[in-house]
Amino acid sequence: MAATVALALSAAACGESSTESEGAEKGPAVAFDVGGRDDQSFNESAARGGDKAEEELGVEVFYQTAREGETDADREQRLTQMAEAGYDPVIGVGFLYGTAVERAAEQFPDTTFGIVDSVVEADNVYSMVFAEHEASYLAGVAAALKTQTNVVGFIGGENNPLIQKFQAGFEQGVADTSPDVEVLVEYLYENSGTGAGFADPAKAKEKADGMIVRDADIIYTAAGASGNGSIEEVAKHEGVWAIGVDSDQYQQEGLAEWQDHILTSAVKAVDVAVFDLIQSVESGEPLSGVGEYGLAEEGVYLATSGGFIDDIQAEIDAAREGIINGDIEVSQTP
Amino acid sequence: MTEMPATVSSLTSLVRDPHRRERLLLGAAAPALALVTAFVLIAVVMAVTDQNPVRAFGLMLDYGTKADSQVWIINKAIAYYLSAVAVAIGFRMNLFNIGVDGQYQVGALIAAWVGGSLAFTGLVNIPLMILVAMVVSGFWAGIAGYLKATRGVSEVISTIMLNAIAGSLVGYLLKEGRLAELSGNIVHTPDLPDSSMFFTIDTGNGEIWGTVVIAVLAGVAYWFLLGRTRFGYDLRAVGHSDTAALASGVNVKTMVTGAMLLSGVAAGLVGMPILLNDSGNFGNNFPGGMGFTGIAIALLGRNHAVGMAFAALLWGFLERTGNHLDFEGYSREIVGVMQGTIVLSVVIAYELVRRWGLRRQQSRVGAELAAGRAKTNDAAEVGQ
Repeated sequence: MAATVALALSAAACGESSTESEGAEKGPAVAFDVGGRDDQSFNESAARGGDKAEEELGVEVFYQTAREGETDADREQRLTQMAEAGYDPVIGVGFLYGTAVERAAEQFPDTTFGIVDSVVEADNVYSMVFAEHEASYLAGVAAALKTQTNVVGFIGGENNPLIQKFQAGFEQGVADTSPDVEVLVEYLYENSGTGAGFADPAKAKEKADGMIVRDADIIYTAAGASGNGSIEEVAKHEGVWAIGVDSDQYQQEGLAEWQDHILTSAVKAVDVAVFDLIQSVESGEPLSGVGEYGLAEEGVYLATSGGFIDDIQAEIDAAREGIINGDIEVSQTP
Repeated sequence: MTEMPATVSSLTSLVRDPHRRERLLLGAAAPALALVTAFVLIAVVMAVTDQNPVRAFGLMLDYGTKADSQVWIINKAIAYYLSAVAVAIGFRMNLFNIGVDGQYQVGALIAAWVGGSLAFTGLVNIPLMILVAMVVSGFWAGIAGYLKATRGVSEVISTIMLNAIAGSLVGYLLKEGRLAELSGNIVHTPDLPDSSMFFTIDTGNGEIWGTVVIAVLAGVAYWFLLGRTRFGYDLRAVGHSDTAALASGVNVKTMVTGAMLLSGVAAGLVGMPILLNDSGNFGNNFPGGMGFTGIAIALLGRNHAVGMAFAALLWGFLERTGNHLDFEGYSREIVGVMQGTIVLSVVIAYELVRRWGLRRQQSRVGAELAAGRAKTNDAAEVGQ
């Protein structure tokens, strides 16, 4: 297949547009955000959706990862190259792909696009958004019930509206459960412009260390691949817990060494959303519009792997019920 | 790039003076040597990792010369070039302005906010935004210049720290209710009205950003100011030797602050292509990191107004075609390897050629002196 593309390309003369050499249909393509498919967290959750599609639907998924410091033009070129090579659907993982998906979808109306964590209004785009604040609320409940020192910590990758949802939910969950517990809040970057906050485990490690010194014994890190550094630091200290994010991090092979310190994870089922979209395209009825994944749909949930929160499961279930039936309204801004 | 030796050989027939000819040849030898070395090294790396380098280079050349690729490369190169000019102004004076990254982001944020909230007609708004960006970025760089001139603080340290502070400041100001508004998960300054966007040139295969004009003007201004004015002469003199410059009456402290300010003013332009031709606002998706790319490009272009333009285009070319390689089964990291190898090769090749040229010059001068002495000795003997 690569050879035919090469032939088609070399046949095209100078001055011609690259889009004139279109490829055959190829199956789904997934464009990751900074951090890449093996970030043990956000991107990997999306990758699991692709892997599942490969297993169950027999498609072959093409993956590509963003570099740090990309512009909208970079991201747009990645998506348009995917579409013009014949991939369908083309999925952008992360809100940074918002503008790029919007522009690419306009140029390739016959291709279905997916966007995670952002809403793009177009007929050929499926927007996947998650109730991160709700899962984070449950993480807050767990932290408040499990802390011995009455100090817990939240580390965010970058201080942007998306990560603030995690912070807001976590803080509210803690406060509603036990008002005496103090929540320390730190962000790795206020604004990096490069996505560095989600690929800087060393910095997360330092922040976690600083929080442990200030008596925090449970640290919730919402920072993609950076979170691995925080978990590593937490695992050095007896009696200190980490709360994972986006993937069920207890189950991650890359974190297995430290899994005894992973209390639970606020899981964001990007895999389910990505699989839904691929399946819909394969079956000929592509999804479009906005797909909202909340607690009720199990689009977000609190992981129970490891059994460390079995003793407080009743309280967590009660909080979950409360959010689903509307008794508890979780704020999206801190 | 391969045409370079040909142009040079036709030039040599024009240049009769053998010394000038040698200088020109040496000047061309360095980039040629660098590129050949770089490509050989890259080919070795690819061959070792079981990737066919010949096919890769073929694919890159083919894809990179497509019309829409060329438009993309030019657009991408605009900001890189401006960033390189900002860095080069410092380099010419031996000042290492690592802070271009922070400088342009602070400048672009304030400019975007001013442009978005005042919303005058484009005729007023665009120059105003550019001016604001230049002033704010210049001020940010000026802090480092002032510290260096008055307190002797190394500009390397202070500009790195100012980058971190700029990141925090931008993060602080870029909040709903401060300078920004929220749409979805993006928080950004108010959108510029359409009239405040820069013009574009439609090629039929994509639009070239009009801000390319700003880059050309900045390049001309850089060449003129540093190469053709008293200020530029003083600046370069301080760069060569500040004690010598001081002895010849140059106020070194004023020059340090001035050069840093100027570097910052140029840095203010870096964010403009994206702001005025693409995003129309400054949000948390506004790209960072271009200040560091500028350092690599200034090194590659040898601080030369035209050299840096080629370097910026080469960078754009590598990014455009490197992504394409990913689709052909090559690992995407290969582009990073290429960029790094090229910069390293250029730096090393220039140093090697410079040393070789210096030795040639020394031995020639030595030979001439010896010959001269022999001649005077002969004359003296004859005179006896």
